[in-house]
Amino acid sequence: MSDEKPTKGRQETKPKKPKIPRQPMPEQDPHQRAKNFSSVTLGYKLEHAVTEASRCLQCKKPFCITGCPVSINIPKFIKLIQEKEFLKAVQAIKETNLLPAVCGRVCPQEDQCEKVCVVGKKGEPVAIGRLERFVADYEAEHGEVPLPELPPKTGKKVAVVGAGPGGLTVAGDLIRRGHDVTIFEALHKAGGVLVYGIPEFRLPKAIVGREVKYLQRLGVDLRLNHVIGKIRTIDQLMKEDGYDAVFIGSGAGLPWFMGIPGENLNGVYSANEYLTRNNLMKAFEFPVYDTPIKKFKNVAVIGGGNVAMDSVRTALRLGADNAYIVYRRSRTEMPARKEEVDHAEHEGVQFKNLTAPVRVIGNEQGWVTGLECLKMELGEPDASGRRRPVPIKGSEFTLPMDAVIIAIGTSANPLIAQTTPDLKLNKKGYIEVENETTCRTSKKGVFAGGDIVTGSATVILAMGAGRNAAKAIQQYLQTGEWWKPNGNQ
Amino acid sequence: MFEILEKKVWSDEAPKIKEFMVKAPEIAKAHHAGQFIILIVDEHGERIPLTIADTDVQRGTINILFQEVGKSTMCLGLLNKGGRIHHVSGPLGKPTHIEKFGTVVCVGGGIGIAPVHPIAKAMKDAGNKVISILGSRTRNLLIYEDKMKKVSHEIRITTDDGSYGRHGFVTDELKHMIEVEKIPIDLVVVIGPPIMMKFVCKVTEPYKIKTFVSLNTIMVDGTGMCGACRVTVGGKTKFVCVDGPEFDGHQVDFEEMMMRQRQYLPEEKLAKEICEKQTCRQA
Repeated sequence: MSDEKPTKGRQETKPKKPKIPRQPMPEQDPHQRAKNFSSVTLGYKLEHAVTEASRCLQCKKPFCITGCPVSINIPKFIKLIQEKEFLKAVQAIKETNLLPAVCGRVCPQEDQCEKVCVVGKKGEPVAIGRLERFVADYEAEHGEVPLPELPPKTGKKVAVVGAGPGGLTVAGDLIRRGHDVTIFEALHKAGGVLVYGIPEFRLPKAIVGREVKYLQRLGVDLRLNHVIGKIRTIDQLMKEDGYDAVFIGSGAGLPWFMGIPGENLNGVYSANEYLTRNNLMKAFEFPVYDTPIKKFKNVAVIGGGNVAMDSVRTALRLGADNAYIVYRRSRTEMPARKEEVDHAEHEGVQFKNLTAPVRVIGNEQGWVTGLECLKMELGEPDASGRRRPVPIKGSEFTLPMDAVIIAIGTSANPLIAQTTPDLKLNKKGYIEVENETTCRTSKKGVFAGGDIVTGSATVILAMGAGRNAAKAIQQYLQTGEWWKPNGNQ
Repeated sequence: MFEILEKKVWSDEAPKIKEFMVKAPEIAKAHHAGQFIILIVDEHGERIPLTIADTDVQRGTINILFQEVGKSTMCLGLLNKGGRIHHVSGPLGKPTHIEKFGTVVCVGGGIGIAPVHPIAKAMKDAGNKVISILGSRTRNLLIYEDKMKKVSHEIRITTDDGSYGRHGFVTDELKHMIEVEKIPIDLVVVIGPPIMMKFVCKVTEPYKIKTFVSLNTIMVDGTGMCGACRVTVGGKTKFVCVDGPEFDGHQVDFEEMMMRQRQYLPEEKLAKEICEKQTCRQA
């Protein structure tokens, strides 16, 4: 068998440049990495980066920029890599994205910039995410990042609730506009989902710490252990503490459970708990760190999203012999990034697709011993456009299990809403905003963005919302103009 | 960092019970009866919930009282006046529902008496007749007797060994009040070991006396994010950190709650052993 095709005359007269393949990402061996918490992917070396950058066509009408939620000037930074101006390249990214080391690692580029890359139409797209990560890491390795010149102080004060990707973006954008910015973070570390949710092996916490430090060097005041809605209300921030505007980026809230029997047995966790213990509290280093985590042998993770993949891969690293994904649809419908699903599979995760849990079985001491499931088949598409899973009658079966981790999403955290009566919520309890561009809530001077508006989404979408909110806040601080949430009333 | 302004070791007989006055002006100001904090002793510490026992808004302080039972509380106990707790977050949880109910019986067992204190105070301030029942294993372990006297119209004491007050449990005293003394009770608030709260609820249930319990379950974030603290109340799953910590005691599934409390016993034991061998980082 041969793929060779007869050469055409045109190519004989005008020899084509040899096609450079997309540079593969060096990674840790799957068997080895499934037992440690170090980074899975190792990052491009300088020569990989320059070679990969040379694949960019420098399109006159770059689709990649429109594919990016924060509109990074992608051709510009890639051109600078071609010219080996790595520090200038990272500065070009930072014009619109303060967290390139994070985004280069966790953005779903295959659904954004790389999806619309012209090179990708006949082959594989330029590895934009890997290049972004490369220059960000290069900068970190080559001395202290220089601070941009800041404009004179405006005298305006902005409160940012939540130090996750949305809040950090707002803070970074507004401090550079000369405003005083204070971030109130509920937990004892800044970063939100970047520190409690995404595991070390996918996003080293030192990188998040570096980005937060950078904001503090710019003058952002970070107050940890401040649960807004409890220690201060939004009204107190505005009326008593003198904040001119507030951005709420409090993130995803209460984990969903399924409502099936046995869910409160010992050994059943929300993905949030399992991941928070491990990532934020470093339970994988127990007893060096005080927070414990159980090292289960048979672990089922319910769900097919990125959080489910993070959980199941964590279970493997904690020593599970059998780590399963139990997902009621098929692999095609999985919302997780393909790369994450592939990584999980290479590491030895077992996929029980088209399978729905119906009952968690426990012993007399209250510990999980099994998971009863039902086989599913795909029916007609549902509201999400994905084919609806339909149970197959009589197909019940039981998997022996020590732990069940539920990763099926979260509902809105009520703490801010409970103490801010004039903040309008939608039916699901998320904060209602005018639209995605203005991020204005029903309460004057209060903006919101990220998961507390949209429900569980991605880091980059929260950052995109933060970028939009920062623009809208800037405009509001300049003009004082507000909208009429109730139309003509 | 949160400075410890005062440290009190309860008594020679109860050296494991300690009380700190911690500088935390913002928390002191925002606190309402029934709320708790989460603290982290040091860089490697876990997040542990403790109920606020007293506040002084003028001085900007909160009091926390704890008994050394595991590694985290042992490490906490090693700190002295002038020492610092790495992180304190609060006030968390919903405040106690305070109104004029009539006669309110505040029941505290063991170190559970400390978190009852601000509730009794608020109930008294709201115009209720407050009768407090304080239970302890033995006289030497009884805490907050004087403080509770100040915030109660009447105080009753029980000890398991009979060394002070009634020989018996708080449930015996409560039963006596209801059945023998026929005191009309409008509300019971009880904080203490889960088993004690369970039996207090059993005493009040046949008489349909509303009973609030304050639950101290395992927590991680304490802000509604993780669900580690979940309990079944009235057949529904509730999160102690955001829906509680107080619930209608007659609706709480105590068996399940106690089962969930035991989840980390082996880990707790291991951590404690390391600490006792003085091989832990604080030594």
